[in-house]
Amino acid sequence: MRATPRARLLAALLLAVLAWLVVYPIALVLLEGLRDPSGWTLRYLRLFLERPTEWRALWGSLWIAVASVVLAALIGIPLAFLFARYDVPGGRVLGGLVALPAVLPPLVGVVAFLFLYGETGFVALLVQRLFGLTEPPWRLQGAGAILLVHAYSMYVYFYLFVRAALLSLDASLYEAAASLGAGRWRTLRRVVLPQLYPALGGAALLTFMTALASFSAPYIFGGGFRVMPTQIVATRLNGDDRLAMVETISLTLLALAALWLFRGAAPADLAGGGRKGTAPERIPVRSRPLRLAIAGLGWGLAGLLLLPHLTLLLVSFVPLGTWTTEPLPPVYTLRNYVTLIQDPVRARPLLNSLWLAAVATVAAVAISLGGAILSARRRVRSGRLIEALLSLPWVVPGTVFAIALATAFSVHAPWLGRVVLVGTLWILPLAYLVRNLPITSRAILAGIRGLDPSLDEAAATLGAGRGRTLRRITLPLLRPALLAGASLAFVTALGDFVTSIMLYTYDTRPISLEILSSLRQSDVGVAAAYGVVLMVLSAAVFAVGADRGGSG
Amino acid sequence: MSAFLRLEGLVKRFDAALAVDGISLALERGEMLALLGPSGSGKTTTLRLLAGFETPDEGRVLVEGEDVTRVEPVSRRFGMVFQHYALFPHLDVRANVGFGLESIGVRGAERDRRVDRSLALVDLPGFGGRRIAQLSGGQQQRVALARALAPEPRVLLLDEPLSNLDPTLRERTRRELRELIHRVGITTVLVTHEQDEAFELGDRVAVMREGRLEQVGTPDELYASPANAFVGGFVGQSSTAEVVVVGPTPRGTRISLDGIEWDLDAVPGHPVPPPGPALMLVRPEALRLTPHEPGAVSATVTERRFVGPSAIFTVRTDGGAVLDVVAPPQAAPAGARVGLMLSRRVGGGIHLFPPDGR
Repeated sequence: MRATPRARLLAALLLAVLAWLVVYPIALVLLEGLRDPSGWTLRYLRLFLERPTEWRALWGSLWIAVASVVLAALIGIPLAFLFARYDVPGGRVLGGLVALPAVLPPLVGVVAFLFLYGETGFVALLVQRLFGLTEPPWRLQGAGAILLVHAYSMYVYFYLFVRAALLSLDASLYEAAASLGAGRWRTLRRVVLPQLYPALGGAALLTFMTALASFSAPYIFGGGFRVMPTQIVATRLNGDDRLAMVETISLTLLALAALWLFRGAAPADLAGGGRKGTAPERIPVRSRPLRLAIAGLGWGLAGLLLLPHLTLLLVSFVPLGTWTTEPLPPVYTLRNYVTLIQDPVRARPLLNSLWLAAVATVAAVAISLGGAILSARRRVRSGRLIEALLSLPWVVPGTVFAIALATAFSVHAPWLGRVVLVGTLWILPLAYLVRNLPITSRAILAGIRGLDPSLDEAAATLGAGRGRTLRRITLPLLRPALLAGASLAFVTALGDFVTSIMLYTYDTRPISLEILSSLRQSDVGVAAAYGVVLMVLSAAVFAVGADRGGSG
Repeated sequence: MSAFLRLEGLVKRFDAALAVDGISLALERGEMLALLGPSGSGKTTTLRLLAGFETPDEGRVLVEGEDVTRVEPVSRRFGMVFQHYALFPHLDVRANVGFGLESIGVRGAERDRRVDRSLALVDLPGFGGRRIAQLSGGQQQRVALARALAPEPRVLLLDEPLSNLDPTLRERTRRELRELIHRVGITTVLVTHEQDEAFELGDRVAVMREGRLEQVGTPDELYASPANAFVGGFVGQSSTAEVVVVGPTPRGTRISLDGIEWDLDAVPGHPVPPPGPALMLVRPEALRLTPHEPGAVSATVTERRFVGPSAIFTVRTDGGAVLDVVAPPQAAPAGARVGLMLSRRVGGGIHLFPPDGR
């Protein structure tokens, strides 16, 4: 079936919208970095190249990203093997708990770490009291602190990818290797590991990109240590807009270089794709002391992973100004939560985040669904291009997109496709939407590719037109993929900090910005309460997505 | 004579490749035609051209004289059973079967009545409330058939309808399918690569290769006088050998295999190649094994396969030809020296073609 004229028209429209939202702003940044009001210039590029601070920031970004990948792999891969291959006592519950850092939005995780390991956090105060020190034992600052947060939040990628890949391996693979006389170690090295390469590559790429774009941790903990995303924000605050654009370009180039290096590694789907055969039996751990040791280690680890969540919960009950140097807060109250609901000023960011995320999610799902149907079902010739544009924002760090959108939509020039959106209600949903397109479209595309095309053809031979087929067949069968894509998008938008901090207005300030300002006013209780709300909302949305996704 | 369904010179190219290369066929009302061919022969593409999923680059499809070549599948009113059935997994059996009825505006009690009738037709009464995942492969196949037939389409298309069933079920389902379709009396085109399936289901069989029709005819016609070595080889058991046509005899032709001359009876309507090298296609039952004797072609038994009460022996003649012969299982052990003669009991079963087999 060739694409109908209507499908081609829709594809052209969609391409235009994507080009305008995704490509155009970045192209503008590229151009503006090389121009000033008098015309073309290399001045800002030269300025960038001459300043050692710029090189230090770029280098910082690179090595932090590489180190994050190494740390995340060192934690995530062994955990994946432990829970996917061995019959650990309580493994089912533990295996789920291990993925918990995923429900902490970046800024909330950073804040939790601050309360927990910061110089006035629980652990530091405890150590100080235990050893009778007069000074806090450490300062949570610089590269080490950033890496700590990254390792905690990003090992989840390795854990989930590798576990899914291990579970999708056919049991007969192990049996075949054993029957050919390969021992456990040789089987691992020669049979299992090669099967894991795509998952490892995907996880490494995802971790690298996330670490490279990471903003919350360097912003809060960086101190004098700059990475490029924080450098860009600082430069912009100084008013050097065009230098910031050159910095933006350098960060984008770094991301593109990484993508090129890892081009063989297709970002795997967390769902694990089509499973063949039966998953291998877990290896029972027989020795009793070993079982106890593993169980103890596992539960200890789970406790460690849960500490930030618990910390947040505890701090959220602390009234303003009551907790200073005691290891544990002396007073607890529910007032922080009550004000979140009752005080209109406090409730506003909550409502803002909800509607901003909802609008962005609905739009991202609609655009992704349209693109997926046009590309995978209507066979328009531009299908590949549509898919490429949908996944492009994934390559571009959030800071870069924030700058790009701020540049493109701060000028009124309708004939150039530019309108003033900065400072209005609409810039944030637009930014969230663009940033969410890759995850949403990937989930929906995977879903639609998993549907047998002859279902559509069957509906056609039964006299159902395009609309009825979409309504009665395609959409109901896509529901799991739509829910998965939507929940991912909603949670990401809900917790967004990096684009929000550059584009928000007072009227549209989201939760993350309110957490930041509460922290600045030392109102830790309210900041933590916001964090808990975000955490619970994220977990609930994930649960709905996973639940419906599984049973549909 | 005006046919009910007519395919006129259909041509379909994918990029540069010719998938379908000038197919013309005509079906009477109620006739069942089997498109038989190896994979890549263009039979599935032909079926998709009929269904309207593909548009031919040349040629037309006519139903009762009406040109439907450019009619969308949605309005073509051709029912189709897909290879993997394509049942809607989120709808129950009743909703699946009723789906096409709703398209033509049949709703409510009338729809329920016709769904029940369709389910009874495929011998699944009372299955309406079942989920698709609860059905066995054979039941899914019948639901797919009921769904395709419920809106009373003009033509029924079957894409390898039995390929997803296990072999024991396949034979029974084949008989049921044939009986059912003849009872309904619907004009049917079936695609298969299984010769047994084509021969049992098709009133006529169209053998396809590389996008072209090699021969169209009843199963008897195809078996008795294949148009070329491909059809002969694809239909029924056979083996081939290079022979020399010596010349005509009063009753037929004289040929020479390994220097031994055989007189063949003429097959009506089947031309004999001119004297010289030729390709002989021979059915296993047209030859017999004898003790090693003068007048018989000397050969060695290389393999023996049991087929029902008899066995097929593969023998290699001293001249190097490899031929299959049917004989009682105990006739000769593997490795034995034997003679090869024409079977007197079977007339025909040997076909001569020019050396290229066309």
